[in-house]
Amino acid sequence: MTWTPDQPIVSIQNVRKSFGQLVVLHDVSLDVAKGEVICVIGPSGSGKSTLLRCINALIPIDQGSITVEGQEVHDPKLDKLELRKKVGMVFQQYNLFPHKTALQNVMMAPITVLKQDKAEVEQRAYQLLKKVRLEGKEPSYPGELSGGQQQRVAIARSLAMNPDIMLFDEVTAALDPETVKEVLVTIRELAEEGMTCMLVTHEMGFAREVADHIYFTDKGLIVEHGPPATFFNEAKDPRTKEFLSQIL
Amino acid sequence: MIGLFRTPRPELRAIPGVTGPAQTDLPVLLPAAQLIGRKARQDRTNGFRLELKAWHGLFLFLLFLFFTGVAAAQVDNTLDKGVLATLWRWIPLIVGQGFVLNLIISFTAMALGTAAGVMLGLGQISLLPQVRGSSWFTTQLFRNSPWLVLLFCVMLLLPFEITIGDVIIRIPDWTKATIGFSLPIMANISELVRGAVQSIPSGQWEAAESLAFTRRQTLWQIILPQCVKRMIPPWMNWYAILTMATPICSIMGVQESVNLTQQALVSEDSRPELLAPFYLFLLVIFFCYCYPIARWTVSLERKFVVKL
Repeated sequence: MTWTPDQPIVSIQNVRKSFGQLVVLHDVSLDVAKGEVICVIGPSGSGKSTLLRCINALIPIDQGSITVEGQEVHDPKLDKLELRKKVGMVFQQYNLFPHKTALQNVMMAPITVLKQDKAEVEQRAYQLLKKVRLEGKEPSYPGELSGGQQQRVAIARSLAMNPDIMLFDEVTAALDPETVKEVLVTIRELAEEGMTCMLVTHEMGFAREVADHIYFTDKGLIVEHGPPATFFNEAKDPRTKEFLSQIL
Repeated sequence: MIGLFRTPRPELRAIPGVTGPAQTDLPVLLPAAQLIGRKARQDRTNGFRLELKAWHGLFLFLLFLFFTGVAAAQVDNTLDKGVLATLWRWIPLIVGQGFVLNLIISFTAMALGTAAGVMLGLGQISLLPQVRGSSWFTTQLFRNSPWLVLLFCVMLLLPFEITIGDVIIRIPDWTKATIGFSLPIMANISELVRGAVQSIPSGQWEAAESLAFTRRQTLWQIILPQCVKRMIPPWMNWYAILTMATPICSIMGVQESVNLTQQALVSEDSRPELLAPFYLFLLVIFFCYCYPIARWTVSLERKFVVKL
């Protein structure tokens, strides 16, 4: 069973996940094609972040199947490290390593995990930081950077691993409105370059603009999905309508 | 007045989150609460803090002068019988040999205890339940035993010499005492390491994991380097506590400062007026050594807390 680029790069089938008594994901299925940008939106506690964390095996699932490039993620025999090299993730709280500079943050994983040549990695790290418009911030420590700058370092850090898919977990939720924009611009550029992106977000305007497909989740279920134009203008489910009326 | 208390005005009655249940569950104060909680947890794991103040030293010194004066008034002040002159004669022995041995014991015990404690602390966060359990047990055992009891055990359990083939290696008392002191230090450092590792936000683990770091790589390159800074002030605090505890081994006959002071007093015919000046002199010496360490610890703590 080899994977070809015309098959879904991420395929989630009937996934169920609970923490003790609390069922977070009931029965979730969705497919992501290569190069596609999908946004998952929904009220707090609807299992959006959990879903993302299941994709790179940070959290195990109870039932169902998730495949990334044809590889079953929750196969106990799977090499999780190999999977995570293909799937980059950016977090709400940036989670930069505070004892390393911006440049070192970007360089660490390729050197430690991929055992790449240090000089080459350094050169690429400079390019990546330039790409996220942080030229000149290389020697700064995370504590010296603003939230938006830290988040862009985090994006560059993930990109340094050359992932095939990027997961964004509410990456703008901890930012103030002015810096949200600079992070969103970076993500949009990535999407335009053809990177497969999965975003959990509360930025409806952004979702409408960049997403190829939008999923609305509530209480661990995908209630409604569709391309942005249909989703925002012709929502059918009452829960979606209520949510959209509160947000928009 | 009474009426006012019985029926508060309506606008005073309901303050969401204060008088009634909160109307929102927005996590506004969560980061602050987490910070305070983390600090409290750290304080609990780090044990008590040495609170040496400058006036403690001044007080000791004044006491020393006072008792020297009293003692001097009691005796015939011929030159070589004077209190200060007597003390002066013994200083090379008490400080040059005795206190230096205290310092040697404290350095060595701290080095041994730190090395063993770091291993034990890492054992406490091991994924293997057996390793974790036994490390936890060892830590609790030595952390909660009186230092004197541990010292006696080591003194009595270790032989005074080891014979390997034809070679006889003598183990001097002070070496045994050092091992005895290193045990509680080991346990407390172990607890310190565990506490520091757990105080690192879980996001750091998650980020490293999602970048395909192995657990070992995460620990050594991301978690522990961040812990070192947090551990330095409490580690220095433990060193100061250890130094002040080293005279305990004088009971076992180790010839450190307190033991030598006793011997000096005996050879001065146990003149009672010498007792207070001699022991106060010892206190002043210990204070002079430990006070700068305590101050430095506090200032480092302040410096690091800002960056938390």
